[in-house]
Amino acid sequence: MLAVEFGGAEKWIPAFAGTTIKGVCRRFYGFAVLLILVAGNLPAQAEDLAAVVGGLGGGSFADKEKAIVALGRSGDPRAVPILQALGGDRLRKAPDGRVVIVDAGGAGARLTDAATGQPLPDLAPDSLDRIIVNNRLRGAIEGALGALTLFSPDRAARLAAAQDALRHPSAATVALLEKALSTEQDPEIRTAMQRSLSASHLFAGSKEERLAAIRALGTATDPQVKNLLDVFRYTANIDPELYKAAGEALASIDSRLRWTGIAANLFQGISLGSVLLLAAIGLAITFGVMGVINMAHGEMIMLGAYVAVVVQQLFRAFLPLGLLDAYLVVAIPAAFLFAGLLGVLLERCLIRFLYGRPLETLLATWGISLVLQQAVRSVFGSPNKEVANPSWMTGGFDVIGGFTVTWNRLYIILFCFVVLGALALILNRTRFGLHMRAVTQNRDMAAAMGIPTARIDALTFGLGSGIAGMAGVALSQVGNVSPNLGTIYIVDSFMVVVFGGVGNLMGTLVGALSLGIVNKLLEPYAGAILGKIVVLIAIILFIQRRPRGLFALKGRTADAEA
Amino acid sequence: MAARLGADRRNPWDARFWTGFALSGLVLGLAIPLLNRWVAPDSPFAVPDYLVPLLGKYLCYAILALSLDLVWGYAGILSLGHGAFFALGGYCMGMYLMRQIGTRGVYGNPLLPDFMVFLNWQELPWFWWGFDHFAWAMAMVMLVPGVFAFVFGWLAFRSRVTGVYLSIITQAMTYALWLAFFRNDMGFGGNNGLTDYKDILGWDLHLPETRLGLYLATVAGLGVAYLLCRFITVSKLGRVLLALRDAESRVRFLGYSTTHAKLFVFTVSAVLAGIAGALYVPQIGIINPSEFSPANSIEIAIWVSVGGRGTLVGAAIGAVLVNLAKTWLTSAAPEIWLFFLGGLFVLTTLVFPRGIVGIFRHLPWPRARRASPMGVKPPVAAEKQT
Repeated sequence: MLAVEFGGAEKWIPAFAGTTIKGVCRRFYGFAVLLILVAGNLPAQAEDLAAVVGGLGGGSFADKEKAIVALGRSGDPRAVPILQALGGDRLRKAPDGRVVIVDAGGAGARLTDAATGQPLPDLAPDSLDRIIVNNRLRGAIEGALGALTLFSPDRAARLAAAQDALRHPSAATVALLEKALSTEQDPEIRTAMQRSLSASHLFAGSKEERLAAIRALGTATDPQVKNLLDVFRYTANIDPELYKAAGEALASIDSRLRWTGIAANLFQGISLGSVLLLAAIGLAITFGVMGVINMAHGEMIMLGAYVAVVVQQLFRAFLPLGLLDAYLVVAIPAAFLFAGLLGVLLERCLIRFLYGRPLETLLATWGISLVLQQAVRSVFGSPNKEVANPSWMTGGFDVIGGFTVTWNRLYIILFCFVVLGALALILNRTRFGLHMRAVTQNRDMAAAMGIPTARIDALTFGLGSGIAGMAGVALSQVGNVSPNLGTIYIVDSFMVVVFGGVGNLMGTLVGALSLGIVNKLLEPYAGAILGKIVVLIAIILFIQRRPRGLFALKGRTADAEA
Repeated sequence: MAARLGADRRNPWDARFWTGFALSGLVLGLAIPLLNRWVAPDSPFAVPDYLVPLLGKYLCYAILALSLDLVWGYAGILSLGHGAFFALGGYCMGMYLMRQIGTRGVYGNPLLPDFMVFLNWQELPWFWWGFDHFAWAMAMVMLVPGVFAFVFGWLAFRSRVTGVYLSIITQAMTYALWLAFFRNDMGFGGNNGLTDYKDILGWDLHLPETRLGLYLATVAGLGVAYLLCRFITVSKLGRVLLALRDAESRVRFLGYSTTHAKLFVFTVSAVLAGIAGALYVPQIGIINPSEFSPANSIEIAIWVSVGGRGTLVGAAIGAVLVNLAKTWLTSAAPEIWLFFLGGLFVLTTLVFPRGIVGIFRHLPWPRARRASPMGVKPPVAAEKQT
């Protein structure tokens, strides 16, 4: 995932969630106003909070702005909820001039004195006046909150503020950041602050400072820094030496960005490939053993995902919250068993009557898939369900700037290879696997040797469906769960099977990974949809050369079907 | 019905076939227009105006089902791409109808359809050239699906892709087209498709007379399609097709080019599907990418299955019946529809593999016993693979 941390403000001001371009400009403007006002006397004494807060109830916007700026300057954590309340239109003025925070709307509102934090239960809510803010003040509020959070005790907030400052480089930020740097201990936040400081130096510093800043910024791998340098390079009257240095820094950032882009795409591709592998592997073995296409395979994936939904809800309802993270441990086997049993049932009740009629099996299983989809829609409703990742699967880690590996995708890749390994062991080391391979190669001969082909068929179908169920659990960790989840992946899974060849784990592995990677590598150039179309056409052409897939079974059995 | 079911399929001049054909033609082509135009609207026998395009739609589906039956029932190729050929034909017709709007669109642009103005395009893309002319559009209705099917079939049959593999590949083709037509850059109206038509050949599409005319054109189309399919299936080629459906390698060993036979019938069938689409669009008034949906293509197979695979009349009957049920169920009990459709898929494959026509044929009627030796083999034996 090419996750770029944009801003921090929206994280802690819900009212400002969803930053628009206008919002960014506003914020920038507000920050600049604030800093110009603050810059001169930054180390000034923290004014008495109550007096400053009283200013918020002032008559003119100018008074309010002054108060907001003062709050931002105070470095007082108590100012944060007040500013948030002001931004969220939850600040009121009492008749006696006190400023009051309203916590919930309507009659049951909880009122607290903004200055002291004391609850005010006996104040009549309708006696209060709204404190109106305009866009200019909103900008100032965000700026003040940004400044406050550079000194916030919360590490994440500090980090966000430090990164946010990168986007508002100015002379004023220099002072703020230098002050923050002098007390900051955390290395990651220090790096972010230093980078933001360099950015500020770039726009407000001596030539030497600027050169040093350019050099420092040139080591970054961050599209934001790149934009910043771009803007800097095209400012009027720039020193040619600085221009050249900026150009070099840009080139080095560009080349690093390109490589991280490729690495990120590759990771995405492997991630998509592993999902496809999980989805297709069951299809490949059932097709290999029984020669039938299970169109309801996608629905097994979907049902697996719904098992994850249900298990999570059960954990929420009946078990202590601490155990919630362990729900996957239950969900994976549950999905395997549920989908597997359904698969066995399907084989025993339907598919075994259609042997020798693969086309009709295709249609019948399609019918089953329609029924399953509608059944799930009737039970769970059509809106998407969301499955929360366990805490150990949320987030990710930064490999290099701009290229983040998310834990959920990494675990899915690992899980996929574990499943593949287990399946390889079953196929090659167990009696059931031996029988399966025998039936794949020559059903009649296998039957003649006393292999119970009917039982093998049922078990194979169950195994394939069970793996699809586990694929569903994996998919529920990276996206929403909806009744048509299966249809999204089914065509791609078919393509994997067609491309890789049937009855062969290696073929499915190579097919899935190459499809996933090619898809994702094409995406930046051709767009997601066109990329997919190109892949589909490529596969249609590919089967010209190898009608039985990349890893076709060799020998006489291979063309028995023709 | 029963009269036609027992017809001797080998004899092109079989009297009972022609009687049935003429009777159906009279009912569809004469009785319904008469009941629509010359019976007082409050009479219980009157066919109201709104029913005419609906019937026309069913008959378009019947043509589509015929085209699939030709390849699936007779040549054993389960194409999951016929919905796409249908939609391609429909798009060609839609393009002609779009050009007929002229300056009457919302933007009143004399050169470009509304959606292109909206996308800020400056000139008409080359693939829209010529669609102002009905003749060109009709040629394209047949050529586009035909050439598409020919190239695709040539690639697939040449490398001997058969059975479920072929089905999956045709589904991939449909899927690719589906995705492609959703793109705005393709120049076919993207997600919204082509709609808001005004008139066809100078006739206002909203007038009941025009709709009746389109309906009659569909009846004629169905008749011609039926005769064409019958002509193909009773010819020597038809016998080769039946043979290769049942044992392709053997036919090849006997010296027939199965590739050419399959390619021919696949292309003809795609052209028929395209014509069905072209007749469908002016009656429905819209064509959009959802027609390409892979699910639609599979649904056609169930029409054929329900009616009776490998019997032409069965395909047509199945298409009409299933769609009647669809119209009724999707309005009466929408959540039941998918259960019903899914159930049909399972039941027809498992319990009634010969479809409705098969059920009739196996009733102990004296006439029906005369099923010809060339009649359709039970599909159980037909698709038995070694």
